[in-house]
Amino acid sequence: MDFAFMRDAFLTLIGGVPLTLNLAFMAVGLGAILAMLLALMRMSGLKVLDWPAQGYVFVFRGTPLLVQIFLIYYGLGQFRPVLQEWGLWTFFREPYWCAVFALTLNTAAYASEIIRGGLQSVPYNQVEAARACGMSGFLLFRRVVFPIAVRQALPAYGSEIILMVKATSLASIITMMEVTGLAAKLISQTFRAVEVFIVAGLIYLILNFIITRIIMAIEWWLSPHLRRPPAVEPRLEAAHV
Amino acid sequence: MQQLSYFELVGFGPNGWGWALLTAAGMTIAVAICGFLAGSIVGTLVAWGKIGGNLVTRSLADGYTTILRGIPDLLVIYLFYFGGSAALGAIGSLFGADGFIGVPAFATGAMAIGIVSGAYQAEVFRGAYQVVSRGEIEAARSVGMHRWLLFRRIIAPQVLRYAIPGLGNTWQLVLKESALISVTGLVELLRQSHIAAGSTRRPFDFYLTAAVLYLLITWVSTYLFQRAETYSLRGMRRAS
Repeated sequence: MDFAFMRDAFLTLIGGVPLTLNLAFMAVGLGAILAMLLALMRMSGLKVLDWPAQGYVFVFRGTPLLVQIFLIYYGLGQFRPVLQEWGLWTFFREPYWCAVFALTLNTAAYASEIIRGGLQSVPYNQVEAARACGMSGFLLFRRVVFPIAVRQALPAYGSEIILMVKATSLASIITMMEVTGLAAKLISQTFRAVEVFIVAGLIYLILNFIITRIIMAIEWWLSPHLRRPPAVEPRLEAAHV
Repeated sequence: MQQLSYFELVGFGPNGWGWALLTAAGMTIAVAICGFLAGSIVGTLVAWGKIGGNLVTRSLADGYTTILRGIPDLLVIYLFYFGGSAALGAIGSLFGADGFIGVPAFATGAMAIGIVSGAYQAEVFRGAYQVVSRGEIEAARSVGMHRWLLFRRIIAPQVLRYAIPGLGNTWQLVLKESALISVTGLVELLRQSHIAAGSTRRPFDFYLTAAVLYLLITWVSTYLFQRAETYSLRGMRRAS
């Protein structure tokens, strides 16, 4: 094991971390908005809205992400004249935007099911109680349904975020030089697969470890009712003198 | 040159890529099944290390599942692809052969999938084992069953029964992961579509067809796993 080489490899690969995180957070952020829409469509009770959302989730969960990326990056090139006419070509020409777009569509499908599960887990008596206090519509959603749903969905959403960080590695296949892209380049230059693999793997493990900790902290912050109550300080002075 | 229609392009005619795509879909299924089975063996061993082992095997098994679930699958595939040929090259040079020796892409792919899915299957098996009633294991011991017999007659059938839904999820992961094997040059569904797209300049048509074939495989396998689940639960009383 050549530690000097591994240190150099670490310094090279760490340069890809900003792009990896950038792709992951763009996709998770934009995907969350789309997922919320899809979840609401599925829960609307209207077949016109429910069925398209169901079909979307089926298609995007049933096909490999790499196929989706290729379909967008290479496939849409077939319609280049049309896209140029619509002014969308500058968007689909860039591998970065294609990767973000594909990752967003993909994560939205998975996340919409997580959000739906969270929204459905809100106990109905909470909603009834809120209605009895006179809340309705958006206020009810914002104050009662949404906070409870977020707390329920957070652990599953956390693993979806980790999956997305891992999925950004596929962007390297369409020329994005994030951590895996740099690793593949380094391996093909040096033929030291094992060392580069260890270093790149370590970087991903550190990233995922930090993200897991952050989500655990948010979970802790959102569930004060599950925490042990703070110990009551014994009074120093006698209660009745 | 006249544009071929979509159905001529992916059909079975003289200019059609139909057979090539179907063969490639067969290759996808074959590599996914081999990888899944390899993963089952790895998963069983790792789950055993987690349940029955001592501190050393338990921490090794925990480390294995944490690491393999925390790094991208693509990295593992690169490791096997480049690392495998480097190792073979080193062995080859001992016997006087020099130069680059390529590892068969199928074996690389199946192994990489096996190693990754083994980590997921280990968790599935461990979870399923926890549901097997302790009393049954005690009863088996009390009638004098030995470890292997106990495993074969009592533990394995019940663990499999409870593991079917989780295994179904893992199978879906494996199927989608098999698309990544295309980077090693194995002509599976995605690779074949890539080749066809390159030679006909109709990428959208071919990737769309690939997506539809993947959906078809997913859909059929979901159905089969559901059938297996109902079959495995045929003797159970339902809680309802």
